[in-house]
Amino acid sequence: MFVTLLFYAFATVLVGAALGVVLSRNPVHAALFLVLAFFTSAALWLLLEAEFLGIVLVLVYVGAVMVLFLFVVMMLDVNVAQLREGLTRHAPLGALVAGIMIVEIVYVVWVRELGGTLGPMPAASVASVSNTKALGAVLYTDYALPFQLAAVVLLVAIVAAIVLTMRKRPGYRQQDIAAQVAVRREDRVRIVKVDPAGRP
Amino acid sequence: MIGLPHFLVLAGVLFSIAVAGIFLNRKNMIVLLMCIELMLLAVNFNFIAFSRWLGNLDGQVFVFFILTVAAAESAIGLAILVVVFRERRGINVDSLDAMRG
Repeated sequence: MFVTLLFYAFATVLVGAALGVVLSRNPVHAALFLVLAFFTSAALWLLLEAEFLGIVLVLVYVGAVMVLFLFVVMMLDVNVAQLREGLTRHAPLGALVAGIMIVEIVYVVWVRELGGTLGPMPAASVASVSNTKALGAVLYTDYALPFQLAAVVLLVAIVAAIVLTMRKRPGYRQQDIAAQVAVRREDRVRIVKVDPAGRP
Repeated sequence: MIGLPHFLVLAGVLFSIAVAGIFLNRKNMIVLLMCIELMLLAVNFNFIAFSRWLGNLDGQVFVFFILTVAAAESAIGLAILVVVFRERRGINVDSLDAMRG
């Protein structure tokens, strides 16, 4: 009963936050609503005993990705009014498509009872290992290669983000390592004959 | 009592809202990226719910990978956004017509 109450409370907040992301006028508000949506999802995932992923969602998404979003939104001087035009024109179409999708999903899942045969939520596991430990045991054995591929994907993302946003500004003093390495003795050193007696 | 359909319907509603958001905010690139994040979140909900009901951890491993790829995607997307803003002085999607698509 308590779980049911929690589910409906979090689900209401989650749907409200998602609507806020979609409908809010200001991109900063949209980003903050998305933070709320991620946080509420983390709570729902904890309800589903996915403790590790719930914490990761808060740490990685709320802590890193959404901060990046907010950073970009606040850094760019976005003309909101220009971007909002055409909103009401496309609203009926968007609502229609979303409504049809919701009706279809509810029909398949609820009326046709996809997965309904699985019954109520299984009893909480009393396993001796925690969710994190069990996940790690699977991740580092069965999924070791995909795990390393994920690391490569992240590396590619880092390199791509840096390469995309790097630019050469005029008048920007920068170290040219190739030129430094290629320098020869004759370029830098000049031998001057000095007469020790001081006569010119 | 909460069953699996509750979570599946919640994820479906979340996904549909995100699709509607793509229709509504089709000019604002930042909100489009946020809608994609919402969609991936809805998909993750399905994976975790099925993982719970089937008692199988593979679904959670997949959510882990989806989170990784989504983080990489948003990082590159925001980098492209910054470049577009620098070139065009705006993030209007309609101004990106160089390929005449």
